[in-house]
Amino acid sequence: MKKRFKCEVDCANCAAKMEDAIKKIDGVNDATVSFMTQKMTVDADDDRFDEIMQKAVKACKRVEPDCEVYLK
Amino acid sequence: MTKKWKRERRNTIIALALFAVLMVLERAGAGLGIPRSVLANHWIIMIFYLVPYLIVGAPVLKKAVLGIVHLQMFDESFLMTLATIGAFATGENAEACAVMLFYQVGELFQQYAVGRSRRSITDLMEIAPEFAHIQREDGSLETVDPDEVRIGDVLVVKPGEKVPVDGVILEGDSLIDTAALTGESVPRRGKAGDSIISGCINGEGALKIRAEKEYDDSTVARILEMVEEAADKKSRTETFITRFAHWYTPIVVVGALALALIPSIITKDPATWIYRACTFLVISCPCALVISVPLSFFGGIGAASRIGVLVKGSNFLELMAHLDTVVSDKTGTLTKGEFKVQSTEPAPGVTPQRLLETAARAEGLSTHPIAASIRQAAGVSVGQNPEETENISGKGLLAKVGGHAVLVGNAGLMKDYGIDFVETKDPASTCVYAAEDGHFLGAILIADAVKPEAAAAVAAMKREGVRKVVMLTGDRKPVADAVAEKLGVDEVWSELLPGDKVTKVEKILQASRPAGGSAKVAFIGDGINDAPVLTRADVGIAMGSMGSDAAIEAADIVIMDDDLRRIPAVVRIARKTVGISWQNIIFALAVKVLILILGALGIANMWAAVFADVGVAILCILNAMRILAIKDPVGEIGVPAARRAA
Repeated sequence: MKKRFKCEVDCANCAAKMEDAIKKIDGVNDATVSFMTQKMTVDADDDRFDEIMQKAVKACKRVEPDCEVYLK
Repeated sequence: MTKKWKRERRNTIIALALFAVLMVLERAGAGLGIPRSVLANHWIIMIFYLVPYLIVGAPVLKKAVLGIVHLQMFDESFLMTLATIGAFATGENAEACAVMLFYQVGELFQQYAVGRSRRSITDLMEIAPEFAHIQREDGSLETVDPDEVRIGDVLVVKPGEKVPVDGVILEGDSLIDTAALTGESVPRRGKAGDSIISGCINGEGALKIRAEKEYDDSTVARILEMVEEAADKKSRTETFITRFAHWYTPIVVVGALALALIPSIITKDPATWIYRACTFLVISCPCALVISVPLSFFGGIGAASRIGVLVKGSNFLELMAHLDTVVSDKTGTLTKGEFKVQSTEPAPGVTPQRLLETAARAEGLSTHPIAASIRQAAGVSVGQNPEETENISGKGLLAKVGGHAVLVGNAGLMKDYGIDFVETKDPASTCVYAAEDGHFLGAILIADAVKPEAAAAVAAMKREGVRKVVMLTGDRKPVADAVAEKLGVDEVWSELLPGDKVTKVEKILQASRPAGGSAKVAFIGDGINDAPVLTRADVGIAMGSMGSDAAIEAADIVIMDDDLRRIPAVVRIARKTVGISWQNIIFALAVKVLILILGALGIANMWAAVFADVGVAILCILNAMRILAIKDPVGEIGVPAARRAA
């Protein structure tokens, strides 16, 4: 399943770091964080999607404490 | 701008003012009666400078601490903090404070500039309807979100409003502005029975439409989704620069560490070298590099969408910059795709109208495109069947119309019936001959008309550096050759079966790329049965004829209004985008490397380092924003100038 979320990222390099961090999570097939559109796209396993997103937000906060991800 | 941004701006202004006052006091303090002992005391000065430093730098320091906790050592905030602490430690109080200040000023400006360009691009895509008026059965109007419209709902679109979902006009007659979708500046007339796509702006007449699709499946939602996803498909330049940034920061930091330690031990002068190492840390942030590339491509995609071209990814825009060969389908792409009577050659004593009418009556209800074109030219309405018709396979037909025996068909038919006729030689057209009661009436020339802008488009592509334009068609060779000559196409392959097109494109792909060159091949098709070819080519360009799902799905680039001249325009935008992103990469790297070298030698101080970091980022952003300023890239396209005025 592929879903898009709104997010707030301050710099382009931070977006790249967040992207890397999400990609490393188990169950994530692909992820992009676009600094330009301030959108995050995550492609992950269907049945664990919500759980994976929780992890993704945590991972983002770790590499970039300033970022904000809107899951709804 | 966000609240956070505003708060940081306020803090930065206060800190800047304080900093200026402190600078003046420190330099001219003696004259103002401040005791020399205070001015010479390093620690007292430091405490004063710490005030503006903390006001502006608190968020950075906080982030740096969090970075350490999360083991993100090469975090920008961490590096800035380290650099400024180093500067304080070596007694460069004013500089330490200044670095933090200007770093924040730069960050603020950067965010502002990016926000601006982001908005100006999304503004271009301001096609999303905000509401819909549903007419209920009792005649009352209810205003709802476009999401809530169901198929079959009757909607009222008032003058000046956006059409919320794709539908069919039930009542009303109005001029519809499709510019936001197609870049076409001339409004289109819409009347009852016409289909209408979402995102168009209704003109002066109210329309009543029936919803044919829900919002999510409507054109407007699909386009918005595509444009947003386009930014996710990264160009090779962007991937390259992200990978580069990944290594750049650690290397510079290690360099800084080496610079702080090794010469200090040798020269026993740690203060000088730690200061120099700190300049390294300031330069080590790769943001200018990392931001300018996606920003350029985002701008390029925005500029393309403004002329009615949807580019489905940064990578495709990049490929367009290296366009070498354009392969095009003929019917529906270079030509209009509809048969039309081009001219008539009536026999002596026969009027063209009589020739056409007779032929049209004989053809009667035939659905063959040639029959339809004759009927259209004659102005005979459908439904008048001849009394008798006999099809003569592959040649034409024999019909009885109003008691007369009428023959309509090719030269072979005329010969078979021994008609004394004049053969017309026009390789580009299909000739239909007609005879009545054994007398020759004349010839009707029917052809698929070439699009009026096609020749200009081919010429413009060549000017933009396309080496070869190839035409593929299933049509007969004489027709294909004639069209090719008219358009100035370099190579023609005719009488191809649909499968042959893929093979031909494969061959062209191989030929255009001897041993890994960067030359790219694009295929232009109308998207109806070209999907395999569109996918196979480096870049598949579809003539959108808005709403044709097959085209939008299969292609990488969609030309919304089918105007071929958009292609050279996109090539121009693509070249400029790629050019600007490389200008930025080279400029940013050159300045950084230069300041690194000068910094190591002690020639460049921290002020220069701040410029190399923040100043360069700002200049790169401004440079990238130039792409948005491209208005009419080829100079011959009627791009609505005042699009955003509405």
